[in-house]
Amino acid sequence: MNPTSYLVLATLLFTIGAAGVLLRRNALVAFMSVELMLNAANLAFVTFARMHGNLDGQIVAFFVMVIAAAEVVVGLAIIVMIFRTRRSASVDDASLLKL
Amino acid sequence: MNSINSLSQGFAVQADVVRADTVQVVQEASGLFSWTWLLIALPLVGAAVLLLGGRRLDRTGHLIGSAAAIGSFVVAVALFIALLGESGGERSYLVPLWEWFNAGGYEVRVDLLLDQLSMAFVLLITGVGSLIHIYSIGYMEHDERRRRFFGYLNLFVASMLLLVLAADYLILFIGWEGVGLASYLLIGFWQHKPSAAVAAKKAFVVNRVGDMGMVLAIASMLVVFGSSSFEVVFAGAGSGVTTGWLNAIGLLLLLAACGKSAQFPLQSWLLDAMEGPTPVSALIHAATMVTAGVYLVVRSAAIYDLAPEARTAVVVIGAITLLMGAIIGCAKDDIKKALAGSTMSQIGYMMLAAGLGPAGYAFAIFHLITHGFFKANLFLGAGSVMHGMNDEVDMRRFGALRAAMPVTFATFALGYLAIIGLPPFAGFFSKDKIIEAAFAENILIGICALLGAGITAFYMTRVMLLTFFTSKRWADDAHPHESPRVMTWPLIGLGALSVAGGAGLLYIGGGIVDWLEPVTGEEHHDLPLPLALLIALTLTTVVAGVALAWFMYQRRPVPAVAPAGNPLVTAARRDLYGDAVNEAVLMRPGQYLTRSLVYVESRGVDGAVLGAANAVGGLSSRWRRWQTGFVRSYALTMLAGAGLVVIAMLLVRLP
Amino acid sequence: MTFPWLTTLIAVPALGAALTALVPAGRGRLAKQVAIAFSLVTLAVAIAVIAQFELGGDRYQLAEQHVWIEPLGIHWALGVDGIGVALIALTAVATPIVALAMWPEAEAERRDPKPFFALLLLVEGMILAAFLAKDLLLFYIVFEAMLIPLYFMIGMYGGPQRRYAALKFLLYNLFGGLVMLAAVIGIYVQSVDAGNPSFLLTDLMALDIGADAQRWMFLGFMLAFAIKAPLWPFHTWLPDAAAEATPSNAAFLSGVADKVGTFGMIALAVPLFPVAARDFAPVIVVLAVISIVYGALLAIGQTDMKRLIGYTSISHFGFIVLGIFALTDRGATGATFYMVNHGLSTIALFVVVGFLISRRNSRLVADYGGLQKPAPKLAGVFLFAGLSGLALPPLATFLSEFLVIAGTFERYRAAAVIATGGIVLAALYILWLYQRTMTGPVRDDAAGTRDLGRREIAVVAPLIALILAIGIFPRTVVDVIDDGVGPTLAEVEVDVPPPLVTVNDLVEGNDQ
Repeated sequence: MNPTSYLVLATLLFTIGAAGVLLRRNALVAFMSVELMLNAANLAFVTFARMHGNLDGQIVAFFVMVIAAAEVVVGLAIIVMIFRTRRSASVDDASLLKL
Repeated sequence: MNSINSLSQGFAVQADVVRADTVQVVQEASGLFSWTWLLIALPLVGAAVLLLGGRRLDRTGHLIGSAAAIGSFVVAVALFIALLGESGGERSYLVPLWEWFNAGGYEVRVDLLLDQLSMAFVLLITGVGSLIHIYSIGYMEHDERRRRFFGYLNLFVASMLLLVLAADYLILFIGWEGVGLASYLLIGFWQHKPSAAVAAKKAFVVNRVGDMGMVLAIASMLVVFGSSSFEVVFAGAGSGVTTGWLNAIGLLLLLAACGKSAQFPLQSWLLDAMEGPTPVSALIHAATMVTAGVYLVVRSAAIYDLAPEARTAVVVIGAITLLMGAIIGCAKDDIKKALAGSTMSQIGYMMLAAGLGPAGYAFAIFHLITHGFFKANLFLGAGSVMHGMNDEVDMRRFGALRAAMPVTFATFALGYLAIIGLPPFAGFFSKDKIIEAAFAENILIGICALLGAGITAFYMTRVMLLTFFTSKRWADDAHPHESPRVMTWPLIGLGALSVAGGAGLLYIGGGIVDWLEPVTGEEHHDLPLPLALLIALTLTTVVAGVALAWFMYQRRPVPAVAPAGNPLVTAARRDLYGDAVNEAVLMRPGQYLTRSLVYVESRGVDGAVLGAANAVGGLSSRWRRWQTGFVRSYALTMLAGAGLVVIAMLLVRLP
Repeated sequence: MTFPWLTTLIAVPALGAALTALVPAGRGRLAKQVAIAFSLVTLAVAIAVIAQFELGGDRYQLAEQHVWIEPLGIHWALGVDGIGVALIALTAVATPIVALAMWPEAEAERRDPKPFFALLLLVEGMILAAFLAKDLLLFYIVFEAMLIPLYFMIGMYGGPQRRYAALKFLLYNLFGGLVMLAAVIGIYVQSVDAGNPSFLLTDLMALDIGADAQRWMFLGFMLAFAIKAPLWPFHTWLPDAAAEATPSNAAFLSGVADKVGTFGMIALAVPLFPVAARDFAPVIVVLAVISIVYGALLAIGQTDMKRLIGYTSISHFGFIVLGIFALTDRGATGATFYMVNHGLSTIALFVVVGFLISRRNSRLVADYGGLQKPAPKLAGVFLFAGLSGLALPPLATFLSEFLVIAGTFERYRAAAVIATGGIVLAALYILWLYQRTMTGPVRDDAAGTRDLGRREIAVVAPLIALILAIGIFPRTVVDVIDDGVGPTLAEVEVDVPPPLVTVNDLVEGNDQ
């Protein structure tokens, strides 16, 4: 199978994710979009690993997964806290640090 | 001692070059001469005790002060007798004290030089100084700060002695500034009077302008000779230094002398200095300190001998001041200011004589000493009059005081006869010699000197008539009375000196000219006209001045308020516009400059800095708006940045 | 190993600062006593150090050298030369006096005095370290670090605008310091290139640096030092700081702390970059002359006494810089001597003005007048301090000012002549200030003004005694300074024309 197709898929997924982060206000959706981007990157890494014939890309992909998991834990916790206190999950509403 | 050897050689060289006929040997002081420092130490300790002693010395302060001055005089007399015991060429002693400092090969030692010239000054300062101390006991009796007054007087005497005894220009400068400080403190002694405080400050600041000359002269000596000691400078002056340098040093020293001696163009402070108590005017602003400039010129003879332009400048300054002072003296109604104008004028005579070179140095000193006698006498007499007249100084409020104050009148008259130069009083001998020397040098200078003698006779007669003759114009509450003995005795002493001082100094034991000759050299020029004729001419001028004053003031009633006069009189009343010029040329532009600089500082220099700070602040508050706080906009920026990085990498084709 | 005297000299005030800071809150009096005791111990150590200094001995004496960070060539290296001896003496003498003068000011502040005294000792230690450091990075660290305690000293105590003044002080000096850091790195890179990475001054002075590189680095150093020892036009922080800080703090700041700047010029900038120093000397001489005249004229125009004295300091710093960059033996000796004397004289002026302010609670000249009558002793010390400020012989300041003028005259005639004009202006600003505050009729509200008390006399008496003693017997001090200045100027290798006539030749010539 042609690896290029995987790369195209990864690009598509990344673009969708990026658009989601930029356009959606709901913190949860934006968060899922970030995950989508991470996984697009993972897909590209694995593809490259296959193309070049070594395991470096796969290793990095595992790293990314671990970090994504950690991020989800912390990020979701923050989002939940914000939702509890402000009754809103919109990223624009959280502006306490803004001058 | 090696240094002493080379020192004596140094002076011998100087004499070789400048005046082949005399060789003055400087010896290291031993025996009595090594006690020369006592001269300075006594009044200095007196000053320290009086100024630091506090109130507990209020009762005895004046006695301690006078004792210090008299003690110094006794030492001076002892030294003088010892000097007389030496032969003519061996009357110069160096008294080494301690090394002041040595910076980069520039060594200055605190040494005292006792020779004929400094001896003459030491006797004048301590002698007249002691008399004035005694007089002040009476004059300042009712002043609660009398102790402090005597402390300042002692400080003055010590500084003045250091000035004339120093063997290095830098040490001389210490004394020079010391007398300036004492003068400042004493002019402003009655500090509660704003006019006194202003006059004191003015005297100090104007003197500082002169000091610039002194500092730069010493700096020039360092460049030329690498030293500022008399020994090196005088020896070096005659050894191939360009005339340009010598002229420069001579002119700078002249600037210094102009400041201290109130010569044109730095004359303006002296008239204001009359704000000080009268004994101060007598001691500092007539007899001693203001003659320091003349001392400086005469002491620097080795330089002026070889600097013809600088000498001409000294003569010209002397001649201008001589006439200026005399003219101002004619118009003043304040007795002390009239006498101050006279002082300026007489010092002009001395400067003129000093500028004539070896032909005139000795006469300058001669006139300086006789002037010290009769001018101190006149000032103390004026003080005595003021003492009896409730401190009135306006001569239009005096008149016919000769009966009320016989002693003051008699002594004042002796001083008067001395200053106008009638034989056989002191001024005749000394002033006549200067007029002779001036005629011998240049007929124009001679005429100036002659004219000055006539004007002197006029204004002094005016002072005399307005004060002791004419009619009573006293204030209602005036009860003139003779001053106490403690004041009249010094007057009598100075009166006697005014009578006998001239002839005595000129003729006894070879006289002052021979005495000073090893230091100043001697030179004779032929007179363009017979001596007898010149003397007759001088006396005629003097008599004419006296007669004119007689007709103007004795024959006519004296108005109690000064009548408006012609422009010359107005100008003379306003010190020939000296202050007006200073104000227009220096003070106003100075104030304007200061004010505009304060503005420039806050708006310009500081403004530039604050402006830069504000610009940075403004810029950052602009740029802060880019930080919208929307996560998505940051994400977009990041995306764009990442895109740029990718494009850049593609462009440079990173492997 | 010999006893580490110099480290002790730095450690004692630092320890004193720590102990003062540990005094429990509310025990202000105890804090003051601890601080003054430690400043006196420091003085004793300084005297011990000075007593061991040998004239004509090694260039840097009592040297200590320990590797600090080896790969980078950074050392804890201390040593003292003639210049250093003079300045540590000034610092050690000045600190107890300032501390004693601060005593009542602290009470008037209604603020815990403890931090001031702790910071004062801390700064003293840093200043001493700066004078003793023989490692460039060590110097730089203390040079910059002392800004922080000084910032708090100005910002916590003083007038209503003190925060502004403190910030201005900090930003100015920080800016200069950062530019200097670039130059410090630059010279270090040169030493790396030469194969011997080292910050030791002796190593750096031995480097052979190209003229262009020297110029840039010299400018970097000079900017920092010209801001610290304010040279026109980098001076505007000083009047603000002098006016807003407490009088004793202003005295310490311009009397002692700023000397680090002039010390840096003569002990670092000139010997490290001799070629550049020669090249830039005319420019700096011009700036120095402008400082002299400009500072004096602005002093005349001031209405605030402390600000006025601040401007006189700018004028005097002009003299110091002029003497250094005349690059003559006399000029540099005079300048270093001036650093000491200006310290004493400025401290005396600020302290006496502090006495005045403590009586009437105003800094404005216009609020005073006629004080001579109710308070003659106060007027006397005021006049004495003023006369010392206008360099009246034989007070100490005179000789140093004269040496600067004479040394400058050897090379830059016009500059020396204009600088001499400064002595007239000095008379004007001092005597006018005295006239307006002390003379004239006694104002009604000033009739009961207190004269000097015992503690106040104890503060000024040592200053007066020192100013007089150094003025009358300056020989030892001048010898010590000359001993340090000689080798420093030798690095620059400029020759001064010898006197046109030398008397020895003359005497021999005439003997023949």
